[in-house]
Amino acid sequence: MSEHKQTKSGMSRRKFLTYTIASTAGFLGSGMLFPMVRFAIDPLLQKGTDTKFVDVGSVSDFGNKPKIVEFRIQRNDGWYKEKGGEKATAWVMKNGSEILALSPICKHLGCTVKWEGGGNTDVFYCPCHGGMYTKDGVNVPGTPPPKPLDVYATKIEGGRLFLGAVKERG
Amino acid sequence: MLKNTYEWLDKRLDITPMWRDIADHEVPEHVNPAHHFSAFIYCFGGLTFFIVVIQILSGMFLALYYVPDIQNAWKSVDYLQNEIAFGQIVRGMHHWGASVSIVMLFLHTLRVFFTGSYKHPREFNWVIGMSIFFVMLGLGFTGYLLPWDNKAYFATKVGIQIAASVPVIGSAIATFLQGGEIVGAQTLARFFALHVFFLPAILLLLLGVHFVLIRRQGISGPL
Ligand code: HEM
Ligand code: FES
Repeated sequence: MSEHKQTKSGMSRRKFLTYTIASTAGFLGSGMLFPMVRFAIDPLLQKGTDTKFVDVGSVSDFGNKPKIVEFRIQRNDGWYKEKGGEKATAWVMKNGSEILALSPICKHLGCTVKWEGGGNTDVFYCPCHGGMYTKDGVNVPGTPPPKPLDVYATKIEGGRLFLGAVKERG
Repeated sequence: MLKNTYEWLDKRLDITPMWRDIADHEVPEHVNPAHHFSAFIYCFGGLTFFIVVIQILSGMFLALYYVPDIQNAWKSVDYLQNEIAFGQIVRGMHHWGASVSIVMLFLHTLRVFFTGSYKHPREFNWVIGMSIFFVMLGLGFTGYLLPWDNKAYFATKVGIQIAASVPVIGSAIATFLQGGEIVGAQTLARFFALHVFFLPAILLLLLGVHFVLIRRQGISGPL
C-alpha cells in the first residue's frame, strides 16, 4: 500500500466528486429553471403602456360640484383588446380655475368611491369600510384610507378637457 | 379472479408489506373515539384530508368543462352548472368543499394547539401545517376568481390591493399576481394555472411531508 499523505491544499477524491456532481446538478437545474422563472415574472419587468389623453367633454360642462364622467381608454390586456376600449371613470370638478379629475378607486382596499354616497354630504364615500375623502380628494383622518385619491393628468385644448394617466399624489 | 390478480401482482411487486404497515398500525386508545368519545377532536386532520381529496377530484372534473378565458369562463361555469347532468352537485361539492376544508383545517389546528401537540419534537410539523394553511388560502383565493362574475372580479381586485399593501415588495407581488396592469385576461389565466397546477402540487408535497413526520414521531400522548 502506498502511503499517500493529503496535502493541506489538496482535495480528497470524494470531495472532488461531490462538488462535480453538485455543480452539474446545479447547472442542469438552473438551466432548466431560469427560462421558466423569467417567463413567470415577465409582467414585473415590462414597462406599462403609455396612456393617451382622452377627450371627456367640454370644460364648461364642469362646475364646482364633482361630476362623474365615464370614458374609454385604449389599453391592451395581454393578447386581449376590449372593443371600444377599457371603461374608466373619473370625478371631475373645477377647483378654483383649475380642473381636478379624481380616480374613484379607494386608497384603502380598492373599492369604488361615490360623491355624497350613503347619504354623507360634502364627501366622497366608500361603502366598503366607510372611508371618506373631502371634495378635493383628501382622505378624512379617522377613516380607513391612508392616502388621498389618485388624480388623472388633465389637459385643456380648444375648450375640451382631456384626461391622461392616473398618478398618485404625494 | 381478483385474488389471483392480487397474488400475481404481489409476487412481482411485494405490495403486501406496504399496506400491512398502514393497516396494522395501532390507533392509540386516547385518540380513538370508540374508547373516549371526546377523542373525536383527533379526527379533524383526517377530515381535512378527506375534504381535500373531494376538492381535488371535483376540481379535476370541473376542469373537463371550465375554460379560463375572460370571454368564456362565466359561460362555461353557467353551462356546466345548469346544462350538464349533476353539474349543480359537482360544482356544489367544489364550492362548499372550499369553505368546509378551511373550517376543518381550523378545527384541526385548534386541537393541535390545545393538546400542546406542537411542542418539541413536533415543532417542524407545526410549521409544515402552517404552510398547508397558507397554500389552502391561496387555493381559495385563486379559485374564487375562476367563475369570472362580479363577485369574483371585485374580490380579486380587493385581494390584490391587500397584497399590494405589503411594505416594499407589495407592488411587485400585485403585478406578479395580476400578470399585467389590470385584473383581466392575464390574471384569469395565471390564477387558473396557480389553482389547478402549482398550488395543488405544493399542497400534495406538504401533505406528504406532514404524514411522514406524523408516522415517524407518532401521535402526541394523552393530556
Ligand atoms: C384544497 C383545494 C381547493 C380549494 C380550497 C379550491 C377552491 C375553489 C373555489 C373557492 C372555487 C370557486 C368556486 C365557486 O365560486 O363556486 C374554485 C373553482 C374551481 N376550482 Fe378549485 N379548489 C381546490 C382545488 C382544486 C383542484 C385540485 C382543481 C383542479 C385540478 C380545481 C379546479 C377548479 C376549477 C376548474 C374551478 C372553476 C369552476 C367553478 O368556479 O365552479 N380546484 N376552487
Ligand atoms: S376600501 Fe374603501 S374604505 Fe376600505
